[in-house]
Amino acid sequence: MSALYRKRRIINAFNLTVSLFAVLFGLFWLGWILWTLVAHGFESIGMNMFTQTTPPPGSNGGLLNAIAGSFTMSLLATLIGTPIGIMAGTYLAEFGGRGWLGPTTRFINDILLSAPSIVIGLFIYAVYVAQVRHFSGWAGTFALSLLVIPVVLKTTENMLRLVPNSLREAAAALGAPQWRIVTMITWRAARAGILTGILLAVARISGETAPLLFTALNNQFWSSDMNAPMANLPVVIFQFAMSPYEDWQRLAWGGALLITTAVLALNILARVLFREKNPLQ
Amino acid sequence: MSALENTIAASVQSPVDHQAQARATLTQSLKRQYLYDLLFRNTTRFFAFLVLSLMFGIMLSLLWGGWLSIKTFGLGFLASTEWNPVTGEFGALVPIYGTLVTAFIALLIGIPVSFGIALFLTELSPIWLRRPLGIAIELLAGIPSIIYGMWGLFVFVPIFADHVQPWLLDTVGQWPLIGQLFKGAPQGIGVLTAGIILSIMIIPFIASVMRDVFELVPPMLKESAYGLGATTWEVMRHVVLPFAKVGVVGGILLGLGRALGETMAVTFVIGNAHRLNFSLFAPGNSIASALANEFTEAVEDIYSSALIELGLILFVITFIVLALSKFLLMRLAHMEGKQT
Repeated sequence: MSALYRKRRIINAFNLTVSLFAVLFGLFWLGWILWTLVAHGFESIGMNMFTQTTPPPGSNGGLLNAIAGSFTMSLLATLIGTPIGIMAGTYLAEFGGRGWLGPTTRFINDILLSAPSIVIGLFIYAVYVAQVRHFSGWAGTFALSLLVIPVVLKTTENMLRLVPNSLREAAAALGAPQWRIVTMITWRAARAGILTGILLAVARISGETAPLLFTALNNQFWSSDMNAPMANLPVVIFQFAMSPYEDWQRLAWGGALLITTAVLALNILARVLFREKNPLQ
Repeated sequence: MSALENTIAASVQSPVDHQAQARATLTQSLKRQYLYDLLFRNTTRFFAFLVLSLMFGIMLSLLWGGWLSIKTFGLGFLASTEWNPVTGEFGALVPIYGTLVTAFIALLIGIPVSFGIALFLTELSPIWLRRPLGIAIELLAGIPSIIYGMWGLFVFVPIFADHVQPWLLDTVGQWPLIGQLFKGAPQGIGVLTAGIILSIMIIPFIASVMRDVFELVPPMLKESAYGLGATTWEVMRHVVLPFAKVGVVGGILLGLGRALGETMAVTFVIGNAHRLNFSLFAPGNSIASALANEFTEAVEDIYSSALIELGLILFVITFIVLALSKFLLMRLAHMEGKQT
């Protein structure tokens, strides 16, 4: 074995070991964060959390209003954002091959996908909150729905592109018009993929804090009025965690555990549903 | 006579009439379907256009909201370190500096680690382990940023302040020049901490793009290098990396775009101080965290206008970075398309 050969072997072994450590480095943070959440948050998860509203400092309470608010806003945001995303994604995959609109929208959508979410909040503040002059559940819903659109759009487009053209041609040969081909054939064939996209979008918005800070704001009390400030888990966690009160901080950890469990479960479910690689790429 | 018998009788009497009628129905139905098609296609086109106009809507609304501040402070806004709500004097230099420095630290740590992860996942890992490992790394991106912030503030910061920062002060802090970056009281919070936490958050994004572009490298290229006796590392360094160069840079820029706009995690740990300080231990501010902390408190028009202008600056910076990233990744996809 020549010296040069040995040197090359050593460099190789060293660098590959380093790459193994890089993976362990990544997993280490994941493990540490999850362990912290369980260790701090587990004790405060109980019936109280789901049956009582957020307390004033120094007394017992739960997160009922925050959970309900988050749930309502995420649900409505998904209902608003999903059809827009699916329709726009359908255009890009089925009709947008030629012309300027398809490629441009695809490009812009990829940027929106990674755009800072706090700017989305700022946008809704400027066009909605500042005009009606109050924070509201609707404003939060709109901000979240703007985060849903790019995710659903991208996955819909990618999934529709995976549908083999022979399916479309077969339907066309039978005399089906285009709208029927899309709604009855390609949408159905891509169903699992589109659903994955929706789940990923829900996972993304359920943990988002920044766009809610100055749209939905927060509400100490139970409120089902969508035109009033609305409690939501992320902002409550933010407020409680930054507070000096220990029982608030404990509740914040409980909420954090809850939200992370939900988001990670959705992420894993989406990947189990669609066993190919990440449909967002 | 029933209607059916009538029709039959009619068609027996005049088959030509019946054919014409059938043709008319068919034409009508085709016309209707054509109309539906047109309607469907244009509805989807409308929504695509809606998404496109969203981008311009955001741009315009921020420009409009920040107009007062743009008019008042002009270009000086970008160079001023002033931030005084009482006197109504605002400048963006401190938050811009904080945003860029935290993102830079994040890339400094994130790029090599992501590269290692992508290398391991594409070349070393046994096939059965690839998927679970890939998912685990991607889950890092799934954890909400507020969780990173909480964990950072309550768990990471104390450990960092007690064990890592004093050590850094004693070693790197004593070096000439670079030592200036590691000066001051080890409080735990500050620009360096924010950068480190950001790096963990962007690793999954960069790593997954890198893995995807590494997988685009034609196996034939790699195999011929192996056939010449190259080691795995040499194949990586001299075959895979040059081939995937453009995509790797695209992935890095994607991570940079994420790091620049990250809000909650940074807000928790950066310290929110409007002071320009070159020590990485000092508390600072980023654009996103300034917005998160101060926007709801900004009552005066000029205050909120200045904050919106900050948002506009952030949006423009991330737009450029992400557009560049997208452009590079598209070029790689194009290259790939030509080869097959």
